[in-house]
Amino acid sequence: MKAPPFDYVRANTLAEVFQLWREAGPEARLLAGGQSLIAALAFRLSEPSVLIDISRVADLTGITVKDGALRVGALTTHAELGANALVRQHAPLLGEAVPLIAHPAIRNRGTLGGSLAYADPAAELPACCVALGATIIARSATGERRIAAEAFFLSLYATALAANELIAAVEFPLRKPGERSTILELARRSGDYAMAGIVARTAFEGSRLVDPRIVLFGVGEVPVMAIRAMAALAGRPAEPASIAAAQAALAQELDPPADLNGGADMKRHLAQVLLARAIGRLATGGEARAQ
Amino acid sequence: MSREVQVSLQVNGEAVSRRVEARQHLIDFLRLELGLLGSHTGCEHGVCGACTVRVDGRIVRGCLVLAASLDGASVETIEGLSDSKEIRDLQDAFILRNACQCGYCTPGMLLAAAALLKSNPRPTRAEIREYLAGNYCRCTGYHAIVDAVEATAAARARSPRQD
Repeated sequence: MKAPPFDYVRANTLAEVFQLWREAGPEARLLAGGQSLIAALAFRLSEPSVLIDISRVADLTGITVKDGALRVGALTTHAELGANALVRQHAPLLGEAVPLIAHPAIRNRGTLGGSLAYADPAAELPACCVALGATIIARSATGERRIAAEAFFLSLYATALAANELIAAVEFPLRKPGERSTILELARRSGDYAMAGIVARTAFEGSRLVDPRIVLFGVGEVPVMAIRAMAALAGRPAEPASIAAAQAALAQELDPPADLNGGADMKRHLAQVLLARAIGRLATGGEARAQ
Repeated sequence: MSREVQVSLQVNGEAVSRRVEARQHLIDFLRLELGLLGSHTGCEHGVCGACTVRVDGRIVRGCLVLAASLDGASVETIEGLSDSKEIRDLQDAFILRNACQCGYCTPGMLLAAAALLKSNPRPTRAEIREYLAGNYCRCTGYHAIVDAVEATAAARARSPRQD
């Protein structure tokens, strides 16, 4: 279908964004890469009065390391994220996630900030942000607010952003020596949203997992941190008995909604399969060795 | 803020200036305003890949880009790539392998395949399938398309082009 009529205006600076936003009122929407928004407009799921194009706002771009964190501008495209040397060094999980996101033509325009603000529960980057303990840098006309990724995703397509806030950047803690991470998903076709996916990150002491973080996507309204499975794995070696215990714990704590792909039981099963594969991969080196 | 937006951009190397409806996506702009019918309108929500074109050298979904947002951009379509003969060998391989059939997906498929060969000159068959997974073809079963891309990569490796 064709999008409904709306006005368009481009903002070139953050100050302009907030001024235009104030003038345009609550029915305005921000346009970054547009890879979710323009599709939603075509379906007429969204009928904004005005699109404010923020895609050329320089303050929302750039990838830097500062004060012990990797700061990634909200307008960073998936393709840029996948190709960046600082990302590869300090948050290799993100680079591993990129090939799983849609298709090359979409990765060339879709942005990190857009993916997080859209908050699709089956998307890869929100789950990565939660697993890595990232911080969302929100900006409004009055200043900056830091929101932990864990507290950012509230429910289906809903985030902690206030009506007058945008995502300026995301800060990731730098990977510590010995820390491993990986992302896996099951999709019917390459590039589709996953039926179920998992992000796992852990340190090791010898063969024992230290402070493992397990986040599932596509199995709930938001990225789901698997607290019980994490507890079942913490301090234990990556071996069949502990993995089986973690799988059992995971099945208990997940309550996946049925969707077009299948029911709750199937999703629970897929999540358990992914958990075993992810821990197996971490035990043999995670994404760093897989590359 | 307005329903219509003035844009000036390059399309296949030629300067174009138009007043466009804010909601018009790039493919409608190319087809309806400029008469460039090589880029196809498929699903219009980013799934099928029939509308794949280049913006500033990178492939995009034309249906997920607003023409209004392209002031100053450089757009390349299958017409431009055909005229420049940049992908003549790839096009010949598609014809030779009967990789077109109805041809609806072909322009988008060629743009995507060209981008693949630029970033990965010797892809495996699995890599070709993975890269083209976002471009749907309802005729060929994909085998002939993968053959054509693979054959082009092999031929380029035998006789590297001067470009």
